[in-house]
Amino acid sequence: MRPLLALIALLLLAGARDPILVPEVSQHEIQVSQGFTGTELLLFGAILDPSGTRAGRDYDIVVILKGPTQAITLREKEKIGGIWLNAHSTAFRSAPSYYAVASSRPIKDIVDERTAAIYELGLNRLQLSPVGEIDPDEQARFSAGLVDLRARQGLYQQNDRGVRVSEQVLYQARISLPSNVQTGVYTAETLAITKGRVIASATAKVEVRKFGFGRLVATFAENWSLTYGLLAVGLSIAMGWMAGRLFVLI
Amino acid sequence: MDVYLPIANLSVNGLFIVLLGGLTGVLSGMFGVGGGFLTTPLLIFYGVPPTVAAASAASQVTGASVSGVLAHSRSRNVDYQIGLVMIAGGILGTGLGALLFRLLAAWGQIDTVINILYVLMLGGIGGLMARESLVALRSSRSGASPAPRKRRHHPLVASLPMRWRFYRSGLYISPLAPLLLGICVGILTMLMGIGGGFILVPAMLYILGMSASVVVGTSLFQILFVTIATTLMHALTTKAVDIVLAFLLLLGSVSGAQLGAKLAFKARPELLRLVLAVIVIAVALRMAFGLGIRPPEIYSVDLA
Repeated sequence: MRPLLALIALLLLAGARDPILVPEVSQHEIQVSQGFTGTELLLFGAILDPSGTRAGRDYDIVVILKGPTQAITLREKEKIGGIWLNAHSTAFRSAPSYYAVASSRPIKDIVDERTAAIYELGLNRLQLSPVGEIDPDEQARFSAGLVDLRARQGLYQQNDRGVRVSEQVLYQARISLPSNVQTGVYTAETLAITKGRVIASATAKVEVRKFGFGRLVATFAENWSLTYGLLAVGLSIAMGWMAGRLFVLI
Repeated sequence: MDVYLPIANLSVNGLFIVLLGGLTGVLSGMFGVGGGFLTTPLLIFYGVPPTVAAASAASQVTGASVSGVLAHSRSRNVDYQIGLVMIAGGILGTGLGALLFRLLAAWGQIDTVINILYVLMLGGIGGLMARESLVALRSSRSGASPAPRKRRHHPLVASLPMRWRFYRSGLYISPLAPLLLGICVGILTMLMGIGGGFILVPAMLYILGMSASVVVGTSLFQILFVTIATTLMHALTTKAVDIVLAFLLLLGSVSGAQLGAKLAFKARPELLRLVLAVIVIAVALRMAFGLGIRPPEIYSVDLA
Protein backbone atom coordinates (compact mmCIF):
# COMPACT_ATOMS: atom_id res chain seq x y z
CA MET A 1 0.00 0.00 0.00
CA ARG A 2 2.72 2.43 1.06
CA PRO A 3 4.66 2.29 -2.22
CA LEU A 4 1.46 2.92 -4.11
CA LEU A 5 0.60 6.01 -2.04
CA ALA A 6 4.12 7.31 -2.47
CA LEU A 7 3.80 6.74 -6.17
CA ILE A 8 0.57 8.73 -6.39
CA ALA A 9 2.05 11.55 -4.30
CA LEU A 10 5.08 11.64 -6.53
CA LEU A 11 2.95 11.60 -9.65
CA LEU A 12 1.08 14.66 -8.43
CA LEU A 13 4.24 16.52 -7.52
CA ALA A 14 6.45 15.68 -10.42
CA GLY A 15 6.05 17.86 -13.41
CA ALA A 16 9.47 17.33 -14.88
CA ARG A 17 10.36 14.81 -17.55
CA ASP A 18 12.63 12.79 -15.30
CA PRO A 19 11.26 9.39 -14.50
CA ILE A 20 9.97 8.47 -11.09
CA LEU A 21 11.69 5.90 -8.95
CA VAL A 22 9.66 4.08 -6.33
CA PRO A 23 11.96 1.99 -4.14
CA GLU A 24 11.08 -0.38 -1.35
CA VAL A 25 13.00 -2.66 1.01
CA SER A 26 11.68 -6.01 2.16
CA GLN A 27 12.51 -5.28 5.80
CA HIS A 28 13.01 -1.94 7.52
CA GLU A 29 14.24 -3.50 10.70
CA ILE A 30 16.56 -6.46 11.02
CA GLN A 31 16.59 -8.15 14.38
CA VAL A 32 19.81 -9.79 15.41
CA SER A 33 18.62 -12.31 17.97
CA GLN A 34 19.67 -15.74 19.23
CA GLY A 35 20.35 -18.05 16.32
CA PHE A 36 20.90 -15.18 13.85
CA THR A 37 23.04 -16.49 11.01
CA GLY A 38 22.66 -13.57 8.66
CA THR A 39 19.77 -12.58 6.44
CA GLU A 40 18.88 -11.49 2.95
CA LEU A 41 17.37 -8.15 2.04
CA LEU A 42 15.25 -7.70 -1.04
CA LEU A 43 15.51 -4.24 -2.57
CA PHE A 44 12.85 -3.74 -5.17
CA GLY A 45 10.73 -1.07 -6.82
CA ALA A 46 9.54 0.47 -10.04
CA ILE A 47 10.66 3.12 -12.52
CA LEU A 48 7.90 5.02 -14.26
CA ASP A 49 7.51 7.87 -16.68
CA PRO A 50 6.01 11.05 -15.16
CA SER A 51 2.86 10.31 -17.08
CA GLY A 52 2.54 7.10 -15.15
CA THR A 53 3.20 4.84 -18.08
CA ARG A 54 6.00 2.41 -18.58
CA ALA A 55 9.30 4.22 -18.96
CA GLY A 56 9.69 2.87 -22.45
CA ARG A 57 13.43 3.21 -22.39
CA ASP A 58 16.24 1.14 -20.94
CA TYR A 59 17.39 2.15 -17.54
CA ASP A 60 20.21 0.83 -15.51
CA ILE A 61 19.62 0.42 -11.82
CA VAL A 62 22.30 0.50 -9.14
CA VAL A 63 21.45 -0.25 -5.51
CA ILE A 64 23.85 0.43 -2.65
CA LEU A 65 23.39 -0.76 0.90
CA LYS A 66 25.77 0.91 3.31
CA GLY A 67 26.26 0.30 7.02
CA PRO A 68 27.31 2.80 9.70
CA THR A 69 30.81 4.18 9.13
CA GLN A 70 33.59 3.55 11.63
CA ALA A 71 36.87 5.25 12.40
CA ILE A 72 39.42 2.46 12.08
CA THR A 73 43.12 1.78 12.17
CA LEU A 74 44.18 -0.61 9.45
CA ARG A 75 47.37 -2.54 10.09
CA GLU A 76 49.53 -4.28 7.55
CA LYS A 77 51.74 -7.26 8.37
CA GLU A 78 55.20 -7.69 6.99
CA LYS A 79 57.84 -10.35 7.53
CA ILE A 80 60.55 -8.93 9.77
CA GLY A 81 63.32 -11.17 11.05
CA GLY A 82 61.42 -14.31 10.12
CA ILE A 83 58.21 -13.29 11.90
CA TRP A 84 55.08 -11.73 10.48
CA LEU A 85 54.52 -8.48 12.39
CA ASN A 86 52.15 -5.54 12.07
CA ALA A 87 54.65 -3.22 10.43
CA HIS A 88 52.61 -0.39 8.90
CA SER A 89 49.31 1.19 9.78
CA THR A 90 47.02 3.91 8.58
CA ALA A 91 43.87 5.46 10.00
CA PHE A 92 40.60 5.96 8.15
CA ARG A 93 37.96 8.30 9.51
CA SER A 94 34.96 6.83 7.71
CA ALA A 95 35.22 3.23 6.64
CA PRO A 96 31.76 1.71 6.12
CA SER A 97 31.26 -1.31 8.35
CA TYR A 98 29.20 -2.80 5.53
CA TYR A 99 28.93 -1.92 1.84
CA ALA A 100 27.15 -3.78 -0.91
CA VAL A 101 26.59 -2.57 -4.42
CA ALA A 102 24.53 -4.37 -7.05
CA SER A 103 23.87 -3.19 -10.57
CA SER A 104 22.04 -4.36 -13.67
CA ARG A 105 25.24 -4.20 -15.76
CA PRO A 106 28.92 -3.79 -14.83
CA ILE A 107 29.34 -0.29 -13.38
CA LYS A 108 32.07 0.70 -15.85
CA ASP A 109 29.59 0.11 -18.71
CA ILE A 110 26.93 2.25 -17.06
CA VAL A 111 28.74 5.42 -15.99
CA ASP A 112 32.07 7.12 -16.53
CA GLU A 113 34.80 7.20 -13.92
CA ARG A 114 33.88 10.67 -12.62
CA THR A 115 30.22 9.86 -11.95
CA ALA A 116 31.18 6.55 -10.38
CA ALA A 117 33.56 8.35 -8.02
CA ILE A 118 30.94 10.98 -7.05
CA TYR A 119 28.33 8.38 -6.16
CA GLU A 120 30.88 5.96 -4.66
CA LEU A 121 29.84 3.20 -7.03
CA GLY A 122 32.06 0.18 -6.64
CA LEU A 123 34.38 -1.27 -4.05
CA ASN A 124 37.41 0.49 -5.52
CA ARG A 125 35.78 3.91 -5.15
CA LEU A 126 34.87 3.96 -1.47
CA GLN A 127 35.64 7.26 0.21
CA LEU A 128 37.42 6.23 3.37
CA SER A 129 38.83 9.65 4.42
CA PRO A 130 42.38 8.75 5.45
CA VAL A 131 43.75 10.67 8.40
CA GLY A 132 46.93 12.71 7.94
CA GLU A 133 49.05 12.94 4.82
CA ILE A 134 49.62 9.73 3.04
CA ASP A 135 51.29 8.82 -0.21
CA PRO A 136 48.62 8.02 -2.87
CA ASP A 137 50.22 4.69 -3.80
CA GLU A 138 50.31 3.61 -0.20
CA GLN A 139 46.74 4.76 0.32
CA ALA A 140 45.60 2.73 -2.67
CA ARG A 141 47.38 -0.33 -1.28
CA PHE A 142 45.76 0.04 2.13
CA SER A 143 42.30 0.66 0.65
CA ALA A 144 42.63 -2.43 -1.53
CA GLY A 145 43.73 -4.41 1.52
CA LEU A 146 40.69 -3.32 3.52
CA VAL A 147 38.30 -4.08 0.66
CA ASP A 148 39.84 -7.50 0.13
CA LEU A 149 39.68 -8.34 3.85
CA ARG A 150 36.07 -7.29 4.26
CA ALA A 151 34.99 -8.83 0.97
CA ARG A 152 36.15 -12.18 2.24
CA GLN A 153 34.24 -11.62 5.49
CA GLY A 154 31.14 -10.99 3.38
CA LEU A 155 30.96 -7.40 4.59
CA TYR A 156 31.85 -5.76 1.27
CA GLN A 157 30.12 -7.02 -1.83
CA GLN A 158 29.89 -6.03 -5.44
CA ASN A 159 27.58 -7.80 -7.83
CA ASP A 160 27.68 -6.53 -11.41
CA ARG A 161 24.58 -8.47 -12.42
CA GLY A 162 22.76 -8.37 -9.10
CA VAL A 163 19.84 -6.19 -10.22
CA ARG A 164 17.16 -7.64 -12.45
CA VAL A 165 15.01 -5.18 -14.39
CA SER A 166 11.87 -6.65 -15.85
CA GLU A 167 9.82 -5.02 -18.59
CA GLN A 168 11.69 -1.72 -18.03
CA VAL A 169 9.43 -1.15 -15.03
CA LEU A 170 10.20 -3.38 -12.10
CA TYR A 171 13.58 -4.04 -10.63
CA GLN A 172 14.79 -6.21 -7.78
CA ALA A 173 18.07 -7.06 -6.08
CA ARG A 174 18.91 -9.47 -3.31
CA ILE A 175 21.65 -8.48 -0.88
CA SER A 176 22.92 -10.75 1.86
CA LEU A 177 23.91 -9.61 5.34
CA PRO A 178 26.24 -12.01 7.20
CA SER A 179 25.93 -12.73 10.95
CA ASN A 180 28.91 -10.52 11.80
CA VAL A 181 27.27 -7.25 10.67
CA GLN A 182 27.57 -4.14 12.79
CA THR A 183 24.34 -2.90 14.35
CA GLY A 184 23.07 0.57 13.47
CA VAL A 185 21.23 2.44 10.75
CA TYR A 186 21.90 1.30 7.20
CA THR A 187 21.01 3.32 4.12
CA ALA A 188 19.73 1.70 0.97
CA GLU A 189 20.23 3.96 -2.03
CA THR A 190 18.76 3.29 -5.45
CA LEU A 191 19.96 5.08 -8.57
CA ALA A 192 18.34 5.03 -11.99
CA ILE A 193 20.91 5.76 -14.69
CA THR A 194 20.56 6.26 -18.38
CA LYS A 195 23.19 7.35 -20.89
CA GLY A 196 25.74 7.71 -18.13
CA ARG A 197 23.61 10.20 -16.20
CA VAL A 198 21.90 9.64 -12.86
CA ILE A 199 18.33 10.70 -13.51
CA ALA A 200 16.61 9.61 -10.34
CA SER A 201 17.67 8.49 -6.91
CA ALA A 202 15.99 7.56 -3.67
CA THR A 203 17.13 6.34 -0.27
CA ALA A 204 15.53 4.23 2.42
CA LYS A 205 16.69 3.40 5.90
CA VAL A 206 17.11 -0.06 7.37
CA GLU A 207 17.87 -0.49 11.03
CA VAL A 208 19.89 -3.44 12.23
CA ARG A 209 19.64 -3.94 15.94
CA LYS A 210 20.29 -6.59 18.51
CA PHE A 211 17.15 -8.07 19.92
CA GLY A 212 16.08 -10.21 22.83
CA PHE A 213 18.74 -12.03 24.82
CA GLY A 214 21.69 -10.85 22.72
CA ARG A 215 20.69 -7.22 23.15
CA LEU A 216 20.25 -7.73 26.88
CA VAL A 217 23.73 -9.23 27.21
CA ALA A 218 25.39 -6.54 25.08
CA THR A 219 23.84 -3.62 26.97
CA PHE A 220 24.48 -5.31 30.30
CA ALA A 221 28.17 -5.85 29.48
CA GLU A 222 28.50 -2.25 28.33
CA ASN A 223 26.61 -0.41 31.09
CA TRP A 224 26.88 -2.62 34.17
CA SER A 225 30.33 -4.10 33.58
CA LEU A 226 31.09 -4.94 37.21
CA THR A 227 27.78 -6.75 37.78
CA TYR A 228 28.23 -8.48 34.43
CA GLY A 229 31.72 -9.64 35.40
CA LEU A 230 30.47 -10.90 38.76
CA LEU A 231 27.67 -12.73 36.98
CA ALA A 232 30.17 -14.44 34.65
CA VAL A 233 32.31 -15.44 37.65
CA GLY A 234 29.26 -16.68 39.55
CA LEU A 235 28.16 -18.73 36.56
CA SER A 236 31.54 -20.43 36.23
CA ILE A 237 31.83 -21.20 39.94
CA ALA A 238 28.27 -22.56 40.09
CA MET A 239 28.79 -24.75 37.05
CA GLY A 240 32.13 -26.08 38.27
CA TRP A 241 30.69 -26.83 41.69
CA MET A 242 27.56 -28.48 40.30
CA ALA A 243 29.56 -30.70 37.98
CA GLY A 244 31.71 -31.79 40.92
CA ARG A 245 28.58 -32.66 42.89
CA LEU A 246 26.79 -34.46 40.06
CA PHE A 247 29.72 -36.65 39.15
CA VAL A 248 30.26 -37.76 42.73
CA LEU A 249 26.72 -39.15 42.68
CA ILE A 250 27.21 -41.08 39.43
CA MET B 1 23.17 -25.82 16.26
CA ASP B 2 23.89 -22.15 15.56
CA VAL B 3 24.40 -19.87 18.52
CA TYR B 4 24.86 -16.13 18.21
CA LEU B 5 27.57 -14.74 20.49
CA PRO B 6 26.41 -11.26 21.49
CA ILE B 7 29.83 -9.86 22.44
CA ALA B 8 31.95 -11.56 19.79
CA ASN B 9 29.27 -10.49 17.26
CA LEU B 10 29.18 -13.66 15.27
CA SER B 11 27.38 -16.92 15.18
CA VAL B 12 29.15 -20.18 15.91
CA ASN B 13 28.35 -23.86 16.01
CA GLY B 14 27.37 -24.36 19.66
CA LEU B 15 28.11 -28.07 19.65
CA PHE B 16 31.62 -27.44 18.42
CA ILE B 17 32.33 -25.01 21.27
CA VAL B 18 30.95 -27.44 23.86
CA LEU B 19 33.17 -30.21 22.45
CA LEU B 20 36.16 -27.88 22.49
CA GLY B 21 35.44 -27.12 26.15
CA GLY B 22 35.06 -30.85 26.78
CA LEU B 23 38.44 -31.64 25.25
CA THR B 24 40.26 -29.06 27.34
CA GLY B 25 38.23 -30.18 30.37
CA VAL B 26 39.46 -33.76 29.97
CA LEU B 27 43.03 -32.47 29.80
CA SER B 28 42.54 -30.31 32.87
CA GLY B 29 41.05 -33.19 34.85
CA MET B 30 43.83 -35.52 33.81
CA PHE B 31 46.78 -33.22 34.28
CA GLY B 32 45.64 -30.59 36.75
CA VAL B 33 46.14 -27.74 34.30
CA GLY B 34 43.41 -25.28 33.34
CA GLY B 35 43.42 -26.08 29.63
CA GLY B 36 43.25 -22.40 28.69
CA PHE B 37 46.44 -22.84 26.69
CA LEU B 38 44.42 -24.90 24.20
CA THR B 39 41.09 -23.07 24.34
CA THR B 40 42.36 -19.60 23.46
CA PRO B 41 44.35 -20.52 20.33
CA LEU B 42 41.61 -22.87 19.09
CA LEU B 43 38.93 -20.20 19.55
CA ILE B 44 41.07 -17.67 17.68
CA PHE B 45 41.54 -20.26 14.96
CA TYR B 46 37.74 -20.60 14.76
CA GLY B 47 37.34 -16.88 14.13
CA VAL B 48 36.54 -15.49 17.58
CA PRO B 49 38.34 -12.14 18.09
CA PRO B 50 41.53 -12.74 20.19
CA THR B 51 40.48 -10.46 23.05
CA VAL B 52 37.07 -12.11 23.40
CA ALA B 53 38.72 -15.54 23.24
CA ALA B 54 41.21 -14.71 26.02
CA ALA B 55 38.58 -13.04 28.23
CA SER B 56 36.03 -15.85 27.93
CA ALA B 57 38.57 -18.66 28.28
CA ALA B 58 39.55 -17.23 31.68
CA SER B 59 36.06 -17.88 33.07
CA GLN B 60 36.19 -21.41 31.69
CA VAL B 61 39.36 -22.03 33.71
CA THR B 62 37.58 -20.72 36.83
CA GLY B 63 34.87 -23.33 36.41
CA ALA B 64 37.32 -26.15 35.73
CA SER B 65 39.42 -25.34 38.81
CA VAL B 66 36.50 -25.05 41.30
CA SER B 67 35.88 -28.78 41.59
CA GLY B 68 39.63 -29.43 41.74
CA VAL B 69 40.10 -27.02 44.62
CA LEU B 70 37.18 -28.57 46.49
CA ALA B 71 38.64 -32.05 46.13
CA HIS B 72 42.12 -30.97 47.18
CA SER B 73 40.95 -28.92 50.17
CA ARG B 74 39.03 -31.94 51.45
CA SER B 75 42.25 -33.95 51.48
CA ARG B 76 44.08 -30.94 53.04
CA ASN B 77 46.45 -30.51 50.12
CA VAL B 78 46.23 -26.73 49.91
CA ASP B 79 48.74 -24.37 51.52
CA TYR B 80 46.43 -21.40 52.03
CA GLN B 81 49.20 -19.19 53.42
CA ILE B 82 51.47 -19.31 50.39
CA GLY B 83 48.37 -19.43 48.19
CA LEU B 84 47.12 -16.12 49.57
CA VAL B 85 50.52 -14.48 49.02
CA MET B 86 50.47 -15.68 45.42
CA ILE B 87 46.88 -14.51 44.94
CA ALA B 88 47.87 -11.03 46.14
CA GLY B 89 50.67 -11.08 43.57
CA GLY B 90 48.31 -12.50 40.96
CA ILE B 91 45.76 -9.71 41.40
CA LEU B 92 48.55 -7.13 41.15
CA GLY B 93 49.69 -8.97 38.03
CA THR B 94 46.28 -8.85 36.33
CA GLY B 95 46.25 -5.08 36.90
CA LEU B 96 49.70 -4.76 35.32
CA GLY B 97 48.61 -7.16 32.59
CA ALA B 98 45.59 -4.98 31.78
CA LEU B 99 47.87 -1.94 31.40
CA LEU B 100 50.28 -3.92 29.23
CA PHE B 101 47.36 -5.22 27.17
CA ARG B 102 46.19 -1.69 26.42
CA LEU B 103 49.71 -0.50 25.57
CA LEU B 104 50.40 -3.41 23.24
CA ALA B 105 46.99 -3.10 21.60
CA ALA B 106 47.61 0.60 20.90
CA TRP B 107 51.00 -0.29 19.46
CA GLY B 108 49.35 -2.94 17.29
CA GLN B 109 51.53 -5.82 18.42
CA ILE B 110 49.26 -7.57 20.93
CA ASP B 111 48.62 -10.64 18.73
CA THR B 112 52.28 -11.13 17.90
CA VAL B 113 53.30 -10.77 21.55
CA ILE B 114 50.63 -13.28 22.62
CA ASN B 115 51.83 -15.74 19.97
CA ILE B 116 55.51 -15.38 20.87
CA LEU B 117 54.70 -15.80 24.57
CA TYR B 118 52.80 -18.99 23.75
CA VAL B 119 55.68 -20.42 21.72
CA LEU B 120 58.29 -19.63 24.39
CA MET B 121 56.21 -20.76 27.37
CA LEU B 122 54.78 -23.91 25.84
CA GLY B 123 58.02 -24.88 24.13
CA GLY B 124 60.10 -24.40 27.27
CA ILE B 125 57.73 -26.09 29.70
CA GLY B 126 56.88 -28.88 27.25
CA GLY B 127 60.56 -29.62 26.70
CA LEU B 128 61.27 -29.74 30.44
CA MET B 129 58.30 -32.02 31.12
CA ALA B 130 59.15 -34.37 28.26
CA ARG B 131 62.73 -34.77 29.44
CA GLU B 132 61.72 -35.34 33.02
CA SER B 133 59.01 -37.90 32.25
CA LEU B 134 61.30 -39.78 29.84
CA VAL B 135 63.95 -40.07 32.55
CA ALA B 136 61.32 -41.30 35.01
CA LEU B 137 59.92 -43.82 32.52
CA ARG B 138 63.37 -45.20 31.67
CA SER B 139 64.39 -45.61 35.29
CA SER B 140 61.12 -47.33 36.23
CA ARG B 141 61.63 -49.75 33.34
CA SER B 142 65.18 -50.62 34.41
CA GLY B 143 63.85 -51.24 37.90
CA ALA B 144 66.12 -48.80 39.63
CA SER B 145 64.32 -46.11 41.56
CA PRO B 146 65.43 -42.67 40.44
CA ALA B 147 67.82 -40.87 42.71
CA PRO B 148 65.64 -38.64 44.90
CA ARG B 149 66.09 -35.07 43.80
CA LYS B 150 67.22 -32.84 46.59
CA ARG B 151 64.33 -30.53 47.32
CA ARG B 152 65.85 -27.08 47.40
CA HIS B 153 64.68 -23.74 46.30
CA HIS B 154 66.54 -21.73 43.73
CA PRO B 155 69.55 -19.75 45.07
CA LEU B 156 67.94 -16.49 43.92
CA VAL B 157 64.95 -17.21 46.17
CA ALA B 158 67.29 -17.68 49.14
CA SER B 159 68.86 -14.27 48.56
CA LEU B 160 65.58 -12.38 49.01
CA PRO B 161 65.21 -10.52 52.31
CA MET B 162 62.60 -11.08 55.07
CA ARG B 163 61.75 -14.74 55.57
CA TRP B 164 58.46 -16.34 56.57
CA ARG B 165 57.70 -19.88 57.62
CA PHE B 166 55.26 -21.74 55.34
CA TYR B 167 54.51 -24.86 57.34
CA ARG B 168 52.37 -26.87 54.94
CA SER B 169 54.86 -26.39 52.11
CA GLY B 170 57.79 -27.04 54.42
CA LEU B 171 59.49 -23.78 53.47
CA TYR B 172 61.32 -20.95 55.20
CA ILE B 173 61.62 -18.35 52.44
CA SER B 174 60.91 -14.73 51.71
CA PRO B 175 57.23 -14.09 50.80
CA LEU B 176 58.56 -11.90 47.97
CA ALA B 177 59.32 -15.04 45.95
CA PRO B 178 55.74 -16.37 45.77
CA LEU B 179 54.52 -12.78 45.38
CA LEU B 180 56.72 -12.23 42.30
CA LEU B 181 55.70 -15.59 40.91
CA GLY B 182 52.05 -14.61 41.42
CA ILE B 183 52.61 -11.31 39.60
CA CYS B 184 54.20 -13.05 36.59
CA VAL B 185 51.38 -15.57 36.35
CA GLY B 186 48.78 -12.79 36.74
CA ILE B 187 50.26 -10.88 33.79
CA LEU B 188 50.31 -14.03 31.66
CA THR B 189 46.73 -14.87 32.61
CA MET B 190 45.53 -11.45 31.52
CA LEU B 191 47.45 -11.54 28.24
CA MET B 192 46.98 -15.15 27.24
CA GLY B 193 43.69 -16.17 28.83
CA ILE B 194 45.32 -19.10 30.56
CA GLY B 195 45.20 -20.14 34.19
CA GLY B 196 48.95 -20.55 34.24
CA GLY B 197 48.82 -23.96 35.89
CA PHE B 198 51.37 -25.41 33.51
CA ILE B 199 53.80 -22.63 34.47
CA LEU B 200 52.91 -22.49 38.16
CA VAL B 201 53.31 -26.17 38.94
CA PRO B 202 56.92 -26.49 37.70
CA ALA B 203 57.82 -23.08 39.13
CA MET B 204 56.50 -24.04 42.57
CA LEU B 205 58.37 -27.33 42.45
CA TYR B 206 61.69 -26.22 41.03
CA ILE B 207 61.99 -22.53 41.92
CA LEU B 208 60.25 -22.35 45.30
CA GLY B 209 60.98 -25.96 46.20
CA MET B 210 57.53 -26.64 47.69
CA SER B 211 56.66 -30.16 48.76
CA ALA B 212 55.01 -32.02 45.89
CA SER B 213 51.91 -33.05 47.86
CA VAL B 214 50.55 -29.49 48.12
CA VAL B 215 51.69 -28.15 44.74
CA VAL B 216 48.68 -29.09 42.60
CA GLY B 217 46.06 -28.11 45.21
CA THR B 218 47.74 -24.79 45.93
CA SER B 219 48.21 -23.94 42.26
CA LEU B 220 44.52 -24.65 41.60
CA PHE B 221 43.61 -22.44 44.57
CA GLN B 222 45.70 -19.58 43.15
CA ILE B 223 44.38 -20.13 39.59
CA LEU B 224 40.79 -20.01 40.83
CA PHE B 225 41.19 -16.55 42.32
CA VAL B 226 43.44 -15.14 39.63
CA THR B 227 41.06 -16.18 36.83
CA ILE B 228 38.18 -14.61 38.80
CA ALA B 229 40.20 -11.38 38.99
CA THR B 230 41.02 -11.67 35.28
CA THR B 231 37.40 -12.13 34.26
CA LEU B 232 36.41 -9.06 36.31
CA MET B 233 39.32 -7.05 34.91
CA HIS B 234 38.33 -7.94 31.34
CA ALA B 235 34.68 -7.15 32.07
CA LEU B 236 35.69 -3.70 33.33
CA THR B 237 38.42 -2.75 30.84
CA THR B 238 38.14 -4.59 27.53
CA LYS B 239 34.42 -5.49 27.96
CA ALA B 240 35.20 -8.62 26.00
CA VAL B 241 33.75 -11.34 28.24
CA ASP B 242 31.15 -13.18 26.18
CA ILE B 243 28.92 -14.91 28.69
CA VAL B 244 27.27 -17.11 26.05
CA LEU B 245 30.67 -18.31 24.83
CA ALA B 246 31.80 -18.85 28.43
CA PHE B 247 28.64 -20.84 29.19
CA LEU B 248 29.18 -23.17 26.23
CA LEU B 249 32.84 -23.68 27.11
CA LEU B 250 31.97 -24.32 30.76
CA LEU B 251 29.29 -26.84 29.85
CA GLY B 252 31.90 -28.93 28.07
CA SER B 253 34.84 -28.35 30.35
CA VAL B 254 33.25 -29.03 33.75
CA SER B 255 31.95 -32.39 32.55
CA GLY B 256 35.18 -33.11 30.72
CA ALA B 257 37.18 -32.32 33.86
CA GLN B 258 35.33 -34.98 35.83
CA LEU B 259 35.85 -37.52 33.07
CA GLY B 260 39.53 -36.62 32.89
CA ALA B 261 39.97 -37.04 36.65
CA LYS B 262 38.49 -40.55 36.40
CA LEU B 263 40.80 -41.42 33.50
CA ALA B 264 43.81 -40.09 35.38
CA PHE B 265 43.36 -42.73 38.11
CA LYS B 266 43.80 -45.51 35.59
CA ALA B 267 46.99 -44.30 33.89
CA ARG B 268 50.59 -44.15 35.04
CA PRO B 269 51.55 -40.61 36.09
CA GLU B 270 54.84 -40.53 34.14
CA LEU B 271 53.03 -41.61 30.98
CA LEU B 272 50.37 -38.97 31.55
CA ARG B 273 53.03 -36.31 31.90
CA LEU B 274 54.72 -37.45 28.70
CA VAL B 275 51.41 -37.25 26.81
CA LEU B 276 50.79 -33.75 28.18
CA ALA B 277 54.33 -32.74 27.20
CA VAL B 278 53.77 -33.97 23.65
CA ILE B 279 50.48 -32.03 23.38
CA VAL B 280 52.10 -28.88 24.73
CA ILE B 281 55.06 -29.15 22.36
CA ALA B 282 52.74 -29.80 19.40
CA VAL B 283 50.76 -26.62 20.17
CA ALA B 284 54.01 -24.66 20.54
CA LEU B 285 55.33 -25.94 17.19
CA ARG B 286 52.05 -25.14 15.46
CA MET B 287 52.18 -21.59 16.77
CA ALA B 288 55.88 -21.14 15.91
CA PHE B 289 55.08 -22.32 12.40
CA GLY B 290 52.20 -19.82 12.30
CA LEU B 291 54.56 -16.95 13.12
CA GLY B 292 56.84 -17.77 10.22
CA ILE B 293 54.43 -18.52 7.38
CA ARG B 294 52.51 -15.88 5.50
CA PRO B 295 49.31 -15.32 7.51
CA PRO B 296 45.94 -15.70 5.74
CA GLU B 297 45.21 -12.04 6.45
CA ILE B 298 47.91 -9.43 5.88
CA TYR B 299 45.57 -6.65 6.96
CA SER B 300 43.69 -6.31 10.22
CA VAL B 301 41.24 -3.70 11.49
CA ASP B 302 41.24 -1.98 14.88
CA LEU B 303 38.24 0.11 15.80
CA ALA B 304 39.43 3.51 16.91
